[in-house]
Amino acid sequence: MAEMRYREALNEALAEELERDPNVYLMGQDIGVFGGAFKVTEGLLERFGEKRVRDTPISENTIVGLGVGSAMTGLRPVIELMTINFSLLALDQIVNHAAHIRYMFGGQVSVPLVIRMPQGAGHQLGPTHSHSFEALYLHVPGLLVAAPSTPADAKGLLKTAIRDDNPVIFIEHETLYGQRGDVPAGPDFTVPFGQAAIRREGTDVTIIGISRMAITAGLAAEQLAGEHGIDAEVIDPRTLRPLDLDTILDSVRKTNRCVIVEEGWPHGGVGANLAALIQEQAFDYLDAPVGRVTGVDAPMPYAKNLEQISFPHEAEVIEAVLALFGERSVGLNG
Amino acid sequence: MAEHPLPAAQTCLEWLTKMNLIRRFEERAGEQYTRAKIGGFLHLAIGEEATVVGAVAALRPDDYMIATYRSHGQTIARGSDPGRVMAELFGRVDGLCRGRGGSMHMFDLEHRFMGGFGIVGGNLPIAAGFGLTSDYLGNDEVTLCQFGDGASNQGTFGETLNLAALWSLPVVFMVTNNQFGMGTALERHSAQTDLQRKGESFGVPGMECDGMDVVDTWKVTSEAVKIAREQRQPVLVEAVNYRFRGHSMADPEDYRSEAEVLEWSKRDPLKTFAERLIAEGVITEPEREAIDEQAMATVDRAVEFADASPAPEPGSLYEDIYVLGDQVRGWYSTDHRGAGVRKGEDLS
Repeated sequence: MAEMRYREALNEALAEELERDPNVYLMGQDIGVFGGAFKVTEGLLERFGEKRVRDTPISENTIVGLGVGSAMTGLRPVIELMTINFSLLALDQIVNHAAHIRYMFGGQVSVPLVIRMPQGAGHQLGPTHSHSFEALYLHVPGLLVAAPSTPADAKGLLKTAIRDDNPVIFIEHETLYGQRGDVPAGPDFTVPFGQAAIRREGTDVTIIGISRMAITAGLAAEQLAGEHGIDAEVIDPRTLRPLDLDTILDSVRKTNRCVIVEEGWPHGGVGANLAALIQEQAFDYLDAPVGRVTGVDAPMPYAKNLEQISFPHEAEVIEAVLALFGERSVGLNG
Repeated sequence: MAEHPLPAAQTCLEWLTKMNLIRRFEERAGEQYTRAKIGGFLHLAIGEEATVVGAVAALRPDDYMIATYRSHGQTIARGSDPGRVMAELFGRVDGLCRGRGGSMHMFDLEHRFMGGFGIVGGNLPIAAGFGLTSDYLGNDEVTLCQFGDGASNQGTFGETLNLAALWSLPVVFMVTNNQFGMGTALERHSAQTDLQRKGESFGVPGMECDGMDVVDTWKVTSEAVKIAREQRQPVLVEAVNYRFRGHSMADPEDYRSEAEVLEWSKRDPLKTFAERLIAEGVITEPEREAIDEQAMATVDRAVEFADASPAPEPGSLYEDIYVLGDQVRGWYSTDHRGAGVRKGEDLS
């Protein structure tokens, strides 16, 4: 075990995989000389050279397409899109090509491609630079979607993503890069896809947090225990495709209540999807409707006060949980 | 354009045979479409056979070829079994893509035909990706990427040519200028109608070939392939041709005159090449007829093969969405068949 930051864990994963497999290469805007917009790739150009750490022009769709083509023919590209906001420019290559090439060509080729990109609000960047798009990519069959919330998962899931033969959308979070945590040592450490993490065991309610919201859910759970006597179980799915629905359903069957927390928009969101799955599979176990805490149904505003009420914090999670018990919190938004 | 001398007789025969086969295949595909044996869109390459066969002839078997939604001909020219191409059009299990792709998405890895692509301009970055692999692995394979005049207006065109030039990728970009982006004439969709010049600002040299002449297409493409292979740089080739049929089968062709079609049809690439071979004594008229009969017999067999091939099993619906390995052991999915959770195909 070594304590490191989320960005350092990602950097270590990239370095280890570049070391392990000569066909792994990195490509993205400002990942080389500049060291990465969020410094995730710092030092890798010096260590692995220009052939394997490639600075690209600002051409998102074409960068992803290049990755698709090289993945189809034997390489294992790891692309960094500076933020998830810019991935909208690459949607054609991600959805029509990366996700569907294996299927539409009858399984003759695979596309072992990783697209890393950070998401999230909180830096007053306004409507075009604050998106959370787990739901968008979760929607697409053919993609795998990972959204690590801890340094250990960042490293372990990224290594799995690079070794996997499918296209992986790897969603990092802008506000987590500086977070510290223990990361198991050694190049053999990986975290499997499709295995949720139970961050806190509890008996009264299941709180599912996606991406950064897994951290928010954990903080809310501590307050619920301390101030309200509610013992919450906190689950971080870690990957949304494949989804470890078994762990979620087992928890809901035990606690009989569930709240899903995500940063993205409510309509067609991850929570909407999970709530549907839970009511389809565990309706008889529910003592209350499945609760959702999401970003508000609006573009992200710039003004600090408006931005802060546009995405979830512990207070909204606590309020949503209390609502399932027919209570309201005191002194919070409710 | 000056007429080049013919290559060796055997080569001429091969080209004529392929062009003839593609012509007859496309005609039959059109006919099967009207009988509802083929669904979706059907884009035929009748009139474009010289561009297809001449370009493919410039490649080695280990070079990569990638094209558009109009690519039955390219697949066949690369060596695919016409029966499997027809079975794909019929949506059958023996189709090249097991009935998953259809007319617009042919693919044959064995012959390095790396795909028909349904999104206009979507194949350009992918072609550059093949070039990147060749470069990365240090071999001398070349990629030939065909796309239409309409695709030269897409963002991926400029982005890809820029990157291919910047990274010295061995890719020949061939814009097949068949005069129309669907129903919009070239001069109505492109400010620069001399398409070979569209790569100039990126430093990508341009060439032009007569896409109605298989010899010229082969000659110019060979030169471009040589530059890409030896000098490690992209080249843009404009193949000027004309499709005799509509954009797809669902095209009333109101945007062009019968006189124009008639004028171009005088330059029918199959007919003119066959006539030249006869005139220069490479083949006789009876031999030409025999080649045509052979093409029709091959297409008959292709249709029989496709007809006999079963439709894909409904149970195979979820196959090949993912590579299921150690880490991804199935996935959860729900669909229209009800609320039940499906766990993919293999949970071993």
